[in-house]
Amino acid sequence: MLKKIALAASILTLSAMPVLADEVIGLITKTETNPFFVKMREGAQAKAAELGITLQTAAGKYDGDNDGQVAAIENLIAAGAKGFAIVPSDSKAIVPTIQKARDAGLKVIVLDTPLDPMNAADATFATDNRKAGMLIGEWAKGTMGDKAKDAKIVFLDLATNQPTVDYLRDQGFMQGFGIDVKDPNKYGDEDDARICTHEISQGDQEKGRTAMENALQKCPDVNLIYTINEPAAAGAWEALKAVGKDDGSVMIVSVDGGCPGVKNVQAGVIGATSQQYPLKMAAMALEAIHSGTLPTIDPAVGFFDTGAQLVTAKPVDGVPAISVEEGLKLCWG
Amino acid sequence: MSDNASGSTSAESGLAGADQSVASFDENDVGLVRRIQSFLHQYPTSIPFIVLIIGVAIFSVAAPGKFFAPFNFSLVLQQVTIIAVLGVAQTLIILTAGIDLSVGAIMILCSVVMGRTAVVYGVPVEIAFPLGLICGIACGLVNGLIVTLLRLPPFIVTLGTWSIFGALNVWYSRSETIRSQDMQEAAPFLQWTGSLFKPYDFFSKTLGLDWTFLKGWVLTYGSIVMLLVALAVWYILNRTAFGRHVYATGDDPDAARLAGISTTKTLIGVYALAGFICAIAAWVLIGRIGGVSPQAGQTANLDSITAVVIGGTSLFGGRGSIIGTLIGALIVGVFRNGLALSGLELLWQDFAVGVLIIVAVTIDQWIRKLSA
Repeated sequence: MLKKIALAASILTLSAMPVLADEVIGLITKTETNPFFVKMREGAQAKAAELGITLQTAAGKYDGDNDGQVAAIENLIAAGAKGFAIVPSDSKAIVPTIQKARDAGLKVIVLDTPLDPMNAADATFATDNRKAGMLIGEWAKGTMGDKAKDAKIVFLDLATNQPTVDYLRDQGFMQGFGIDVKDPNKYGDEDDARICTHEISQGDQEKGRTAMENALQKCPDVNLIYTINEPAAAGAWEALKAVGKDDGSVMIVSVDGGCPGVKNVQAGVIGATSQQYPLKMAAMALEAIHSGTLPTIDPAVGFFDTGAQLVTAKPVDGVPAISVEEGLKLCWG
Repeated sequence: MSDNASGSTSAESGLAGADQSVASFDENDVGLVRRIQSFLHQYPTSIPFIVLIIGVAIFSVAAPGKFFAPFNFSLVLQQVTIIAVLGVAQTLIILTAGIDLSVGAIMILCSVVMGRTAVVYGVPVEIAFPLGLICGIACGLVNGLIVTLLRLPPFIVTLGTWSIFGALNVWYSRSETIRSQDMQEAAPFLQWTGSLFKPYDFFSKTLGLDWTFLKGWVLTYGSIVMLLVALAVWYILNRTAFGRHVYATGDDPDAARLAGISTTKTLIGVYALAGFICAIAAWVLIGRIGGVSPQAGQTANLDSITAVVIGGTSLFGGRGSIIGTLIGALIVGVFRNGLALSGLELLWQDFAVGVLIIVAVTIDQWIRKLSA
């Protein structure tokens, strides 16, 4: 009898052991559905399996859902997590909750969208979106050559309230293309005659098409389109196709580097796109929280740049780029 | 106590100079306002129609040379097609005094089912497309069965299924986009709704007619599908027993039941039909964006309700029309396109649509007073 109890007890302990020893690390994204975050989660899951830790994921209900992320952080504190990586939906409103988590001893790494203030987290791993924009701006300028001074540009931006990623990419593109941006943290205040219009695509393929259709009514002689992301670019292409402007007379540039986007570069729909690396962001964050050591961060930049590379089939002198084949190997979504 | 009798006498003495006639209808005393009210009560679709005309007039002046052109009108029509189809589904539900928050989610789920099954899993489109349609009917049936068998308010039921269909979408699509080019290779049939159709060329080639007023118009087959769907549902609502049951159920379910109508069967039928129409909307959506985007159409639920309400269908059920919904969708499209061409920011487009909704519901309440 005693033996049996002892055996049962040891089995219980054994089976409970891995759970007790288990290290929990969290990943909180803006939404469940955006492929960027879906791939980020997949990257984190693979890394978690490799490190032998438990990954606890959560997300807001929609882009901008701060309450959902607050609840997710509270759950992680309650679960005794070692730390977590988060893509903040509201980079200001989440700060007090992140402070609470850090006070409770959790390591917090912010991904993709820096907090305001940035140093409210232990570290930030993100794409330098202004640089990503500059790359496609420089490429477009180089590709157009002398014609760049007569360009007619349509901007398909993200949202009217101009979230950080929106103005950083837009203004980065302008800087790369050689447009005087005036206030570098806001678009719409420029007076360069080459800018035809700014339209809102909400980063959505259907709304991107509608925005481009309206833009074409205003700017029938457009020859360059900047898009906030590749779904917006795909929507713009459908609008161009409908009026027979898919003959190469209009160039589209974009940012993201998702697999459908890179394939569109290959197909000649998008001229060039700046590729970012969500899997890398998440995997690096997990590793840093697990080991407790952060990579060195350039204080001038303030965050760890996970890099953005230009993907194009037609490279231009002086603008570093990778080939479509390489882009396809590194793409996500 | 004794005051009572004298009190009432004195009160009645005060009526001496008052109108002595028995209560009567004011049939002879019809003011202009009253006449308008009764006209609108009789022809509720005239309000959205007038708003549409006013909108077109305003923007023809505000965006000269750009707005008032057949090609631009064609664009507006293409831009509202998806919402108009969903609006037809939504009208059916709202006519029964219900509301369906899940129409957009059903549409996206079915577009994923059609597209992904055909392109990613390589199933012939002859099977993938009907599967998508079945998906729509199934989703509608789920809504209808929960609403009738569990007797839950449609608002709550479809709030729940909105989430459920959304989750199924993420699960089946893995949030992966299907590109237009891949779709063209594997299942061009699904893109057919996006193909262009020039009415002038069509009529001059087939019938030899030189209808110059059709020049410049560029429709998509999706717009024609939309018109056919609207026509079919109009016929069902106005020319079949089922259609009259839908109105009766929405107007007064108890009276309908007492009149021998199975309101349960009617409601289940309505939700299933609405689900089927959402699947048609999915086909139109694929045509419009060329491929499948699991992210698309996030605002479609509310946009469809907006079109229905602006189109004059009463949220209280039993009153409204399909043609009103089509015009409602067009109004939203005209205002969004017109404001954009006038150079206004998106936020003012949202502002204008908000004003339209409130005006529409106010007018609806005002007309209802006449019938009350």
